[in-house]
Amino acid sequence: MEATGSSVRQEARDWIEENFDPQLSLRAWLERLADSGWACPAWPADWYGRGLAPEQAVAAYAEFNRVGAPGPPAGLGVMLAAPTIIANASDELKRKFVRAVLVGDHLWCQLFSEPGAGSDLAGLQTKAERDGDEFVVNGQKVWTSGGQIADYGMLLARTDPDVPKHRGITYFAFPMNQPGVEVRPLIQMTGESGFSEVFFTSARVPASAIIGELNGGWGVALSTLGFERTSLGTATGLGFRLSSPGGSRFLAQQEVSVGEFIAASKANARGYGVGGTAMTAGGIIPLVALAKELGRDHDPEVRRQIVRLYTLASANTWNGLRASAARRAGPEASLGKLMASRIGRQWRDTASLIAGPHGMLAGEDGPLGGRLASQLLATPGPSIYGGSDQIQRNIIGDRVLGLPKEPDPSRTVPFRELKVGTQAAEPQTAGAGEGS
Amino acid sequence: MIFTFTDEQTELAAILRRFLQDKSPSSEVRRLMQTESGYDPRTWAQLATQLGLQGLVIPEKYGGSGAGPVELAVVCEQMGRALLCAPYFATAVLGVHALLASGDQAAAEEFLPPIADGTTIATLAVPEADGAWATDRLQTRARRSGDGYRLDGRKSFVLDGHVADLLLVVAQADGGPSLFAVRGGADGLKRRPLETLDMTRKQAVLELDGVPGRLIGAEGSAADVVERTLRQAVVALAAEQVGGAQRCLDMSVEYAKIRMQFGRAIGSFQAIKHLCADLLLEVESARSAAYYAAWAAEEQSDELPLVSSLAKAFCSEAYFRAAADNIQIHGGIGFTWEHDAHLYYRRAKSTELMLGTPEEHREIAAGYLIDRPATPT
Repeated sequence: MEATGSSVRQEARDWIEENFDPQLSLRAWLERLADSGWACPAWPADWYGRGLAPEQAVAAYAEFNRVGAPGPPAGLGVMLAAPTIIANASDELKRKFVRAVLVGDHLWCQLFSEPGAGSDLAGLQTKAERDGDEFVVNGQKVWTSGGQIADYGMLLARTDPDVPKHRGITYFAFPMNQPGVEVRPLIQMTGESGFSEVFFTSARVPASAIIGELNGGWGVALSTLGFERTSLGTATGLGFRLSSPGGSRFLAQQEVSVGEFIAASKANARGYGVGGTAMTAGGIIPLVALAKELGRDHDPEVRRQIVRLYTLASANTWNGLRASAARRAGPEASLGKLMASRIGRQWRDTASLIAGPHGMLAGEDGPLGGRLASQLLATPGPSIYGGSDQIQRNIIGDRVLGLPKEPDPSRTVPFRELKVGTQAAEPQTAGAGEGS
Repeated sequence: MIFTFTDEQTELAAILRRFLQDKSPSSEVRRLMQTESGYDPRTWAQLATQLGLQGLVIPEKYGGSGAGPVELAVVCEQMGRALLCAPYFATAVLGVHALLASGDQAAAEEFLPPIADGTTIATLAVPEADGAWATDRLQTRARRSGDGYRLDGRKSFVLDGHVADLLLVVAQADGGPSLFAVRGGADGLKRRPLETLDMTRKQAVLELDGVPGRLIGAEGSAADVVERTLRQAVVALAAEQVGGAQRCLDMSVEYAKIRMQFGRAIGSFQAIKHLCADLLLEVESARSAAYYAAWAAEEQSDELPLVSSLAKAFCSEAYFRAAADNIQIHGGIGFTWEHDAHLYYRRAKSTELMLGTPEEHREIAAGYLIDRPATPT
């Protein structure tokens, strides 16, 4: 059945009218949202969604944002874990995890990258070995956003080293709160700590927590990566503008009423907005203000670069609208991700062009209350995380344009024989390469 | 709904694509670009009689189909893809929009039906020696003479001006910049085709020496007519650029799949693959911008002046980049006369500089975004 944007809008409005109550506890409100399917209306109707098309979901979100209603806890649970579980896991796992993400019982992290497996993710070495009904996990992950607070991790681990690298990986819903897991924060170049290293020392995960099939984890990982490209590439602000606290360590914060929570969030909101807005056409607003403040708004180069930024951000939004009008997704999401990196660089370069010597200053002394400096430092991130720009171009070339793949001999060799990670430093075979 | 083409629009694109594959293959483009007139009268007649394209945006009461900017964009995209050699942009975009914008009903009744049926080629003559589409520094003058006017001056960069039956000339009259209809064979009119970088679209110089002209609309109204015509025309031109840019990308990708070096198709090398991926992003973004502008024109949105300029600037640069990279990806063969790559390179550069350069259009946009911002989204 096709519902139009306006009928969805009306339906959402009616439901809000009946159910949205600032007196409710945050917890009770999140449960109502989850059980009605409005928390993530684009998810399947069987699994806490309403099966809406993306543009219909956007129309519905607008209604919730109109009344300032908070949505489920933001983060990788809603963005990646639950969609991956819905698409690939058993009903048992769906029952255990999907609703828990929406009401905020669980926060999730992504345990994919390793020191030796970045762009070549399939070269990962963290191993999981069967021990009765469980697997024993040893190894190390890195760049784990939210590792310190996560309850579960989307874990990719090597379960068969004797087959080629893509065929011996298994995908687990891995419990983080256990003795064999150590999380160490990493400080990134901005000076903030957004991610961490995770070390596994004989940590344990039940066999029933496998998402998909044993040794079938690569295909499941690709579906997660697809959700990741989509969400990183599209302009933010398409879902609930306000998200609730969640995760086992923060559940007490859900005891406040919805009304109190909204009021407190408003008090915390800062002047120039947050990073995500640099991705949208509205990202020019602070730059125009800064240009006027510094008397730079008649400089032809400044004007040109502001318009370029506005054009790129608009084109990205229009590309997204076109894709959803045509109901396209998949590898084309890589275009959005590539564009997002470019918009970030254009914002940074335009901002520093306008700021001139002020661009040397940060924090309260810096332009835009320090946002210019923090955005400048954050800019190199998006073209690396979630699959670097170079990897996105490979995906576009291979899967959208149908260009021939680069020959990759490592795809057919048993994992055990590859020079990868710590294996790269190990001698391959006794005697080989030794002088005589 | 925006970005959703109707079945009719999709069908129009498919029919025209087949028509152009048949009537405007590379061999025909190369034959016509070397002729002085620059078009084939039979194909031109068929465009009107079989497809009704000259009258696409002409209202039905004047013999046209009454379609809108989205259909026009669909058509221009296909023509740009095929590098059709024909006075279509001059006639059906510039000429028709100028006549419609003039609001002159008598002129519309007289001139639009023969444009729709393919018997009149029209064009709009605005630029003079400096090439600008400006009406605030016209040297061409119109003076009253009996019931009509006489025009004196020199117009340049006139698209298909040497073959047009109807020249819509903007000249300075006592009441300000005004639009005049001048017959192609009028006394005192001398026309000379210019040698053009893009041989697939001709331009001409018009020498006007006491040429009789008929006033279209009111005296002093041409600044507004030109402005409104340009808004529509740059959207159509942006769509044409998208068609050409897509063709360049297609050529590059096809070649990268079959050209073998070092024992591999060159498209398997990241150096080439990444160039193609970047081009796809350019072309897709250009297409989104052109279509968005076309829908803004369709809906007569307040955004049109802004987004039409954004689209023209972006599509111009995307097309030229695609055309230049296409030559690079083809290597030596791409730099030869026999390969079509240079035809697109010529068209791309020429359209980039036509109807306002990217910098000029960005400056127009800057006026809206910086000097007098509404509420940007």
